[in-house]
Amino acid sequence: MLRFILRRLFQSLLVLGVVFTATFFLIRLKPGDPFSGEKAMPASVRAQMEKRYGLDLPVWKQYFVHAAAFARGDLLPSLRYEGVPNAKIIADSFPVSLVIGLSALTIAIGVGLPAGIVAALRKNTWLDYSAMSLAMLGICLPTFVMGPVLQWIFGLKLGWLNVAGWFERSDWILPSATMGLIYAAYIARLTRGGMLEVLNQDFIRTARAKGVPGRQIVMGHALRGGLLPVVAFLGPAFAGITTGSFIIEKIFQLPGLGQHFVGSVFNSDYTLVQATTVFYAALLVLINLGTDILQAWLNPRVRLT
Amino acid sequence: MSAILEVTDLQVSFHTRHGVVKAVDGVSLRVEAGQTVGIVGESGSGKSVTCYSLLGLIPQPPGRIEGGRAMFGGQNLLGLSEAELQKVRGSRISMIFQDPMTSLNPYLKIGTQLVEPLRLHQGLSKAAAWARGIEALREVGIAEPTSRMDQYPHEFSGGMRQRVMIAMALITRPELLIADEPTTALDVTIQQQVLDLIKDLQKRLGIAVIFITHDLAVVHEVCDVVNVMYAGRLVESAKAEALFAQPRHAYTRALMRSIPALQDRGQALYTIPGLPPDLSLLPSGCAFRARQTEDRQGLCLTDRPPPLREVAPQHWIQDCPGCVEGGLS
Repeated sequence: MLRFILRRLFQSLLVLGVVFTATFFLIRLKPGDPFSGEKAMPASVRAQMEKRYGLDLPVWKQYFVHAAAFARGDLLPSLRYEGVPNAKIIADSFPVSLVIGLSALTIAIGVGLPAGIVAALRKNTWLDYSAMSLAMLGICLPTFVMGPVLQWIFGLKLGWLNVAGWFERSDWILPSATMGLIYAAYIARLTRGGMLEVLNQDFIRTARAKGVPGRQIVMGHALRGGLLPVVAFLGPAFAGITTGSFIIEKIFQLPGLGQHFVGSVFNSDYTLVQATTVFYAALLVLINLGTDILQAWLNPRVRLT
Repeated sequence: MSAILEVTDLQVSFHTRHGVVKAVDGVSLRVEAGQTVGIVGESGSGKSVTCYSLLGLIPQPPGRIEGGRAMFGGQNLLGLSEAELQKVRGSRISMIFQDPMTSLNPYLKIGTQLVEPLRLHQGLSKAAAWARGIEALREVGIAEPTSRMDQYPHEFSGGMRQRVMIAMALITRPELLIADEPTTALDVTIQQQVLDLIKDLQKRLGIAVIFITHDLAVVHEVCDVVNVMYAGRLVESAKAEALFAQPRHAYTRALMRSIPALQDRGQALYTIPGLPPDLSLLPSGCAFRARQTEDRQGLCLTDRPPPLREVAPQHWIQDCPGCVEGGLS
């Protein structure tokens, strides 16, 4: 187990290196540069800026300078937000995304799992049909439709919550619900499928033949196997949700990390692109490791090697 | 001898989109304490459904128990609620199944599954149940039972898993064990070991066994009484010696002719031509008529199902003039 984790962490470093390298060169293929704004910059100022950020060096030299900095854990300063370290930008915005993401995930699991289990247990009844129709609707509805609908109902009509912004304690509710309900739809469908698959297995019949009561069959015998597809889905979903969604942040005017993902590319903010991408990759790698461990715990046939 | 299980006129049907399938039609069975009773028949003859419906294990709907009685220890199993049945299942009547590879839960430790009936039905503490579990594994001949308890089913071979199933079924010392083709999915070499184990434990614990199989050779070896089923009905029922000495019904004879071991070397294996009838379109008369090869199909009943008659003490035969040589009367 420990060896598995150490090996995976070592592999992760390689992955992060590849991600960093790819990002470094790809973003520089993009037309324009960090200082090409709407207003043309005097050549002398531009030269000054490039010198200050080391952009006057040959690209291969820049690569090694940046790589060395990242390897030390220094994410370099942003090129656009002058002098602000990228680490600070991430540290300021990630907590917002994390709060929204975690509560969205809680909603997604809290709604999706029970709905999927009930739908599987009451297969082909009105309960199943209505849960699955709602789930289908949730999957089909894009966030930019769901978000404004919730804003309209709870922000404008009922006036219970702020339409947008990040000022009050309750401001996490609407964005989390928007994201959470949509993920709940996926989770409900995956849970239903997984549970149905397991409930049809011979070993469920064995459990019934042993006199195990229905609820205990679901909790003790079926749930473990039934949750495997959900766990596999949750890993990547978790990384995606917690690092922020650009669309959700736009709709609800949130100072989250998602805006920087997109914004830094538009701004050709080379160092911020590198920082956010490597940060996201690191998170994804860690969460996938967690998912693998969780799956091995759920399914004894999975070996961690 | 008194019967511990007496099934009378059991009727089970499945209500599907394609009509009503009469899976079990008027089956009666009697199991005495300590006895081994065989139910033999082809796939789809209703032998498994008969036993599953006794314990409420058929899916309802589409399955429905239309009639009959199953007296077990003074109560009618068919009239019990699900909660009451749960107290019978795994406690007083246990089951083992055909495929040991899929019948154990792959996500749970062998020990956890093995002692579950004890925890459920006898309210044993975890430690006490675990100790009994180790004992039970030893009883079915599993080496190093203590460490095996902590393993998972995928770490066991097919024969070992069936041993675990047997240990699990008998751990509560039930009065009746229903074995649904327990050797069919096993290697031939393992089959004999598992049969011997069941016979041995049965003798030691004094339990009755219902043995469901399509293999007459197995029946010959283990059963005291044999019930031959065809198309959801009993065709012949007798003491094993009587049945094997003189099979009266054409279907029983045909089954016996298809035992490979009884045929001469080099001869093509005998098979019964055709397939069992579609149970949703059951013929009104003798169900075996279409597949009968004894040149007396013309005499088979076509207007009504042949009734069961007792021709000798405890020897019952479906009285169809075409299928029973010389007729009964």
